[in-house]
Amino acid sequence: MSSTATEPILVMEGVAKYFGAVVALANGSIKLYPGEAHALLGENGAGKSTLVKIIAGVYQTDRGTFTYDGKVRNFHGPHDSQDAGIAVIYQEPTLFDDLNVAENIFLGRQPLSFARRINQREMRRQSREIFKQLGVDIDPNRKAKGLSVADQQMVEIAKALSKDARVVVMDEPTAALSPEEVKRLFAVVANLRERGVAILFISHRLEEVFEICQRVTIMRDGSFVRTDLIDDITIDQVVRSMVGRDLSTLFPKTVIPAGGEVLRLERLTREGTFYDISFTVNAGEIVALSGLVGSGRTEIARAIFGIDKYDAGSVYINGTKLKGNSPLRAMHAGIGFVPEDRRQQGLVMDFGIDHNVALASLRRLSRGLLLFRTSEDNLAADWALKLQLKYGKLTDEVNTLSGGNQQKVVLAKWLAGQPKLIIVDEPTRGIDVGTKSEVHRIIDELAQSGVAVLMISSELPEVLGMADRVLVMREGRLAATINRADATQEKVMLAATGQV
Amino acid sequence: MTMTEELAPATPVKTHRIAETLSRAREIAIVVIILVIFLATTLKSHDFAHLTSIQQMGTNASLFILLAIGETMVLATRNVDLSVGSTLGISAFLVGDYFTHNPHSSIVVAFIIGIGVGAVCGSIIGFIVTVTKVPSLVVSLAALYIIRGILNIIGLGIQIEPTAIPLSFQKIGFETFAGIPWIFLIPVLVALVVAYAMRSYRSMRELYAIGSNPSAAQLAGVPVARRVFTAFVMSGSLAGLGGVLFLSEFATTNATAGTGYELLVIASCVIGGVAIFGGSGTVIGAALGAILLQIINQALVVINVSPFWDSALAGALILVTISFDRLLSNRATLALRLKGSGARDE
Repeated sequence: MSSTATEPILVMEGVAKYFGAVVALANGSIKLYPGEAHALLGENGAGKSTLVKIIAGVYQTDRGTFTYDGKVRNFHGPHDSQDAGIAVIYQEPTLFDDLNVAENIFLGRQPLSFARRINQREMRRQSREIFKQLGVDIDPNRKAKGLSVADQQMVEIAKALSKDARVVVMDEPTAALSPEEVKRLFAVVANLRERGVAILFISHRLEEVFEICQRVTIMRDGSFVRTDLIDDITIDQVVRSMVGRDLSTLFPKTVIPAGGEVLRLERLTREGTFYDISFTVNAGEIVALSGLVGSGRTEIARAIFGIDKYDAGSVYINGTKLKGNSPLRAMHAGIGFVPEDRRQQGLVMDFGIDHNVALASLRRLSRGLLLFRTSEDNLAADWALKLQLKYGKLTDEVNTLSGGNQQKVVLAKWLAGQPKLIIVDEPTRGIDVGTKSEVHRIIDELAQSGVAVLMISSELPEVLGMADRVLVMREGRLAATINRADATQEKVMLAATGQV
Repeated sequence: MTMTEELAPATPVKTHRIAETLSRAREIAIVVIILVIFLATTLKSHDFAHLTSIQQMGTNASLFILLAIGETMVLATRNVDLSVGSTLGISAFLVGDYFTHNPHSSIVVAFIIGIGVGAVCGSIIGFIVTVTKVPSLVVSLAALYIIRGILNIIGLGIQIEPTAIPLSFQKIGFETFAGIPWIFLIPVLVALVVAYAMRSYRSMRELYAIGSNPSAAQLAGVPVARRVFTAFVMSGSLAGLGGVLFLSEFATTNATAGTGYELLVIASCVIGGVAIFGGSGTVIGAALGAILLQIINQALVVINVSPFWDSALAGALILVTISFDRLLSNRATLALRLKGSGARDE
């Protein structure tokens, strides 16, 4: 690694940040060198976001030193940080939907002509120029509304380039990208490194970190743990440093003999989305629905649960045909659905844990027209214990919980309703490693108790680790069914991409 | 390794053309509707197309155009200013009161007082909104009542009489320039200037950015508080200017002037394509919306329909335009979905 020979562009030593009595960051330490891609790893709540926000100028340090470009700095706002040449690409898109792409790139720095008017033509020209350097094709004239997540990131990167950023922070940039888009992003990262830009790369996908980063810094509980050259450390060591303990098994799947049929699909078809889907899920079985996003996996789940209509075919639960399309009927038939986007679809974020857990069991909990708080509380307390939920009070709003714990609340909500079949869509997306295995344990226990589980997942290790059977979707059709014993990463990928 | 979604096309689907045409389409559609109503009414009553009748419509619309311009700036930032009617009222009254005590004062002073009063009202609202972060709906609603209350106290039982208003000042209300009443020309000029500015100046573009994504605007280093404050000051100042024009038009005023204007103004903006949740909409659209509402009002009088229908029609118009917008964008999304999957299908 040649870049270590030069001076670091950004150094943090023992940086701390408090919010009242809460220590958000106890000891943030990192050294960024020009031209390197540096991974910042840690579980949710390890202090990564706080550290990033200090770099971005959103928070100010309470202790420790923050040196940038050889000078001790404490940015007073995002503007300070940006002026200094730091660009942060946040997980949540920060584009302006109503403005066009060029304006999104240059907002506040639009090229001007006579009388300080914005020079639209020049702004578009420069945007096109940057996109050409990045090797992406986005029309600077279009509104940002409707851009794919990948293209939104490219606009953010274009923004960084237009400012001659020397440090680019990417927070979970690949979480919502397709393999092709990830490849394109990595090419751009390489491109940035060649220009001497330092990249701070935050990701939960360790494979990617090992693919594109040269060094890695690991944090735990708000403190620095270690920095290593990527070649000197193994994935196992990384995981152990992140969680601070050995994870014996990531996927504690217990193989048990399957029971009777719970779910049967017969030639289910939704025009333009999926065609001719037939399969069964038995009691105690975990069936994974795999395939690329857009292959129709989530859509099938939505159709089973009655959110979307289907045009032909039928859904049977315990041999009884599910009539009509309504989530309410699906729930009464014994189906639970844990959606991919828990913040939007799975939880009422302003409600307490207790209300959220009780939401799918209201009918059972109510006496006549009344709903008693005590029964809600008992139910929630019961499940919080079973799922080892980490919380303050049961009445805490769920938006105060970490991603992993939110997912547990969604699971608790459905489990409290005692479903026969539970559909989980991307159950561990955006959840840290430690909680991930807990979610897996919960799903496994569910199956052991005789619930049929249909799991949609993009993470192959999860699919291979958890599933009794893997159904692979491709372009709206069922491309392959692979049993646990035969399932390998290659087989699933080949079926999903149509190389069989 | 991880696998995720199938490639959504990296090349942008060219939806912006449609979107752009749609936003222009709004302004064109309003112009067309205005023309249709105008022609239809003229067929019924030929007097409708008389110059004086048209001039009257322009005069009637002028105050609303002015207020709609300021409101558009505020709405663009995802805020709302409900105080404009009261501000117009207090400005008109104070200018009238000034003339009563200084009968030979210059017109320029009248404009300065009116706009100044509006600017003060706008600054107070803007200050409270940006400092306390209380929603502008609440702050400006409170301001609506407080300003009106103050006006009621100082203007109790007082009617500013036309005899107190200098004739030169009243002329703004009825004299024309090239056939266009001055009172209409002023708001139109303001609209053109502000429309141009909102396209071409950084600070004005930032109003849209704030309304489009407030937290992102903050992260992008946009001085959000300052911009929102300015929008309220602009809105207040234009309402103040509206008060001056109100007085020049009617040559009389009392504590009730401008009551209820705020909702008509917001209706004009919404009909004109200004998004109620910020981020988009043009001053020209809002001005056209104001003209449309006025022309409907006049047309109803001419075709002998009870003016009580006026409100119902305005409401229907809001519903129709917004539903139509929603429908179009839903259909565009649907078309994209089918197009995307259809390609995969075969």
